[in-house]
Amino acid sequence: MDEKDHLLLQILEENSRVSVDELSVMTEISARDVECRIAALEEARIIRNYSAVIDWERAGNGEVWGIIELKVNPERDFGYDRIAERISKFKQVRSLRLITGTYDFQLLVTGKNMQEVARFVSEHIAPMDRIRETATHIVMKNYKENGNCLCGHEGTERIPYSF
Amino acid sequence: MRNFISKAAEAIPPSGIRKFFDLALTMDDVISLGVGEPDFTTPWNVCEAGIYSIEQGTTSYTSNRGLQELRDSLSEYLKDHYGLHYDADREMVITSGVSEALDIAIRAVIDPGDEALVTEPIYVSYAPCVTLAGGIPVPVPCREKDQFRLMPDALMEKISRKSKVLILNFPNNPTGAVMKRDDLKAIADIVVDHDLLVISDEVYAELTYGGSHVAPATIDGLWERTITLNGFSKAYAMTGWRIGYLCAPEPICDAALKIHQYVMLCAPVMGQIAANAAIRNGEDEKDKMVTEYRVRRNLFVHDLNRIGLPCHVPEGAFYAFPSVTSTGLSDFEFAEQLLKEERVAVVPGTVFGDAAKDHLRCAYAVSRKDLKEAVIRIERFMSNLPN
Repeated sequence: MDEKDHLLLQILEENSRVSVDELSVMTEISARDVECRIAALEEARIIRNYSAVIDWERAGNGEVWGIIELKVNPERDFGYDRIAERISKFKQVRSLRLITGTYDFQLLVTGKNMQEVARFVSEHIAPMDRIRETATHIVMKNYKENGNCLCGHEGTERIPYSF
Repeated sequence: MRNFISKAAEAIPPSGIRKFFDLALTMDDVISLGVGEPDFTTPWNVCEAGIYSIEQGTTSYTSNRGLQELRDSLSEYLKDHYGLHYDADREMVITSGVSEALDIAIRAVIDPGDEALVTEPIYVSYAPCVTLAGGIPVPVPCREKDQFRLMPDALMEKISRKSKVLILNFPNNPTGAVMKRDDLKAIADIVVDHDLLVISDEVYAELTYGGSHVAPATIDGLWERTITLNGFSKAYAMTGWRIGYLCAPEPICDAALKIHQYVMLCAPVMGQIAANAAIRNGEDEKDKMVTEYRVRRNLFVHDLNRIGLPCHVPEGAFYAFPSVTSTGLSDFEFAEQLLKEERVAVVPGTVFGDAAKDHLRCAYAVSRKDLKEAVIRIERFMSNLPN
């Protein structure tokens, strides 16, 4: 990983649809080199996926997001890893983190409505061995996602000319 | 009734792009590459510092020189970043933007009849400020074949017995040119030989892409005869906060301070507090913005050359400076027709002096999306020109 790799990652993180030719101009390296570097970054699983940031609220599909916190008894020899792997396999779980503080895991879970999120937690997560306690928070509004502000404020208007 | 307007004010030419400005204001959907300021907003942690200072009731004057903590931070910063050594208590004044710093610097050293050598193409306020101080601005052309750097032969040609000051601005507005250490050494010899003083406006110093900025005052023999001007507007996207600074050897700094205390008293306190936060905690945000400008420069300059507007690669600032000679239009004609027909605002080079004619200043401090759309419109405009 060098400076150019970092720059490629920054550009792709912001917009993964930039073409190889454009990336080449932007980063001052050849198109061939760009391709090789991206392939290597994908191979090393540094680039994990190419996705879009979607404001689902605007898309109007009414999806509900829940933040679930879990207290977990770690497993001898495996710690938190095996239980984390099991939880992460549910398609409803969009992200899963091991965190410091009162709880051990924090999950982001989606469902069609509040009942579905609650049912998922009570039927699939809470009964699992080693889960000691759960706390479920329903997301009321998203203001910022993956570094992108969703509040729609576009900044101030600029004058057309200044020196 | 008498004509109350002073001869000094009358001697200053009106803005060369007023009519463009007025026209653009009446239009919708204009993409402006005519703005000499960052499109980013001030980093939020810097804004917070300013907001907090107001909440705490810090709304008073500061000392004429500016807040002690800001000057201390700056002294350290200039040493670490550029190898510049200025004493925070004796050799520094915080000003209301670099514009004020430039004005008081010129007024501190220019007597009526003194000649100030100003590189051309040049930022629009230098010559009028010299004129207002009673001095005579003498343009020194920087040529495209030299990547718009100041060359010793061009300087020598314009030096006279009345020459007193050389005003430098690198990285340059409008060309994006930078001066490397060897370029400056060659100029330094002439400056010392002819006993000139340098006023160096380095407001774009942080926006230097191919290497580090070289401050003229770090060249042997120049520190004692240089006034260094800089500010927060461009690097930290803080244009509206109006914070700049002037650094110079003590006698010159004291002279500038006298003018500052009578005309400005002090720079706005909340701006000074925010500027201090920028120096202390704004580095990461600044670096991100600089990386983004460089990416945009690469894209935009590549596109300009591709569509037939030859453009050197600017090594600093956020301006591309393409030539329109191949189109058969003058820079004014090109800029005016482009605005009317395709709603893209650019600044005709001539407003930056005769040496800038047949060029356009295009600020790439706009989003990549807008830059791309601007290129599409410029290309369409050019394809509709008669052969």
